[in-house]
Amino acid sequence: MKNILEIENLGLNLGSNKVFSDVSFTISSGEVTAVIGPNGCGKTSLAYSIMGLKEYKPEQGSIFYKDENINKYSIDERARKGITLAWQEPPRLEGVSVRKFLALGLESQKKEVTEEQLESVLKEVGMSPHLYLDRNIDDTLSGGERKRIELASILIMEPELVILDEPDSGVDIVALNNIGTVINKLKEKNTGILMITHSEEMLKYADKAVLLCHGEILKKGDPQEISVFYQKECRDCEVDDYKSHREKRQQMQAEVKNIG
Amino acid sequence: MDDYKMMVNAYKEAGGEDVFSDSEVAHVVLERDNVLGSHEVEGLEVNIKKREKGRVQVEIEVAAAAVIKNPVHMCFGVLPEKGLQIIDMEVNIGRGAEIEVLADCIFPNASEVKHIMEAEINLAENSKYTYRENHYHGEEGGVEVQAEAEIMAAPNSYFYSVFSLLQGRAGKISFDYQADLDAHSTLEMLARIRGNNEDEITIREAGVLRGKGARGILDSKIALQDKASGEILNELTACASNAQGHVDCTEVIKDEATARAVPIVNVEHPEAKITHEAAIGSVDDTKLQSLMSRGLNEEEATEVIVQGMLKG
Ligand SMILES: Nc1ncnc2c1ncn2[C@@H]1O[C@H](COP(=O)(O)OP(=O)(O)O)[C@@H](O)[C@H]1O
Ligand SMILES: [Mg+2]
Repeated sequence: MKNILEIENLGLNLGSNKVFSDVSFTISSGEVTAVIGPNGCGKTSLAYSIMGLKEYKPEQGSIFYKDENINKYSIDERARKGITLAWQEPPRLEGVSVRKFLALGLESQKKEVTEEQLESVLKEVGMSPHLYLDRNIDDTLSGGERKRIELASILIMEPELVILDEPDSGVDIVALNNIGTVINKLKEKNTGILMITHSEEMLKYADKAVLLCHGEILKKGDPQEISVFYQKECRDCEVDDYKSHREKRQQMQAEVKNIG
Repeated sequence: MDDYKMMVNAYKEAGGEDVFSDSEVAHVVLERDNVLGSHEVEGLEVNIKKREKGRVQVEIEVAAAAVIKNPVHMCFGVLPEKGLQIIDMEVNIGRGAEIEVLADCIFPNASEVKHIMEAEINLAENSKYTYRENHYHGEEGGVEVQAEAEIMAAPNSYFYSVFSLLQGRAGKISFDYQADLDAHSTLEMLARIRGNNEDEITIREAGVLRGKGARGILDSKIALQDKASGEILNELTACASNAQGHVDCTEVIKDEATARAVPIVNVEHPEAKITHEAAIGSVDDTKLQSLMSRGLNEEEATEVIVQGMLKG
């Protein structure tokens, strides 16, 4: 299958902080590539670099989207080319209704929005249209409700590439099923999906996985293998200073090679 | 076209609904010092007197226990480029009465227009007054508005007002509302204004929660761009047990706009409580970028956020 996104040796520093380096992987249309790693390993920063946030311009490497290097494009230019991001913590938008927010993603592409589309995407994320369409995205909605609306806003856009940053965080167990539905819908539309998560549960939706540890790729490949490895080595990893972590990582990579 | 039609047209263009031929809806249409139309409904009495040139007195009386079903429409304006309009308004809401007023102040062609409103509003016990004032000042910025109001709220009454100017230029606006609240009465005073070019906006909302259990919210939001300047001076005082209130001053700025906010809270009783919030800054980056990731450019995203803020 054709790669819609190719990340090559991407590296980002923020101030004196090395956030990630040498990150390379690909995403195919209609497939889910998962990036898994513990809190603070650089996942959201990677999402921001791909989406094109000003402060997250990578120092090294390139991002190719449909064979074009997109480093020079701003967030909204990338969005209009078909890339979007479901934010880990969607912001409150006082005075902006769910209806308006959902419509924006189509209007910005000069596409018409119908009432049916609005209703159908809300239903996909398990929300009743007549209860939510005219509510504002402010603090009268819970964080979990805002996350589901975020996913609905992705569905309506029918993007070619989407980054889902921890879609499961802050949503209740019932809503977890909706995430599976959303991922399947996106796959049906042949969307390439980058799914960011810190929970191995989510790897069941992935076609391939990348394990990120302190900003470096530790392992890539089959989601089930990554899941087992992640639970064993990373989830309860107690090494928290960068240097000794690097040593542990090199040692583990050597072991992986010896076994392989 | 006669002045009445021109005024009604200007009113409709500024977003007003056509209600002037509806016999169930009370209205007043005033162009400078000329009464172009007025209509009363049962329970509501409107007296308009011309005082001196440019100055009109408007008295509104709502009978005790009268509940006016439809909002009363008032349309004030100056049609020519230059002109003066001074309105002395007296509003008396009888015991247990309820009324909602939608006032539109329109100066569509203004290059040198002055509009002064001095209002005295008295709410009797258990009464309810909702007042929405919308302004449209045209595109030139040649309007100076001075709006002053004194509100006396008797026990258990409810006063709500919102002053808004969301389109075109603001010109010079100086707004000063002061309310005094008796026991268990409620005050909600909102202002929503956009300024651009060299507009100057000053808002002062003040409330004294004098009676037990009185409640007050002063909430002003201004969005400024270009070289516009804004100042919010909101002051809330609580002097009785269980009096509670909140003061909110929010200003978003871009370009070379400047803003000042001075929220003052006074609490003179140990069982009273007032909180306040003041924020001045540019539009929040995370909100902006979140909308940009849906394909809006920076300007469009800012507009969505500012409009939302002024609506909320
Ligand atoms: N704007 C920033 N400035 C400085 N450091 C940052 C910034 N954003 C993230 N970081 C740091 O980069 C690291 C990775 O953060 P993040 O990408 O949010 O991780 P994750 O999403 O995996 O939890 C953290 O150490 C974090 O503190
Ligand atoms: Mg994160």
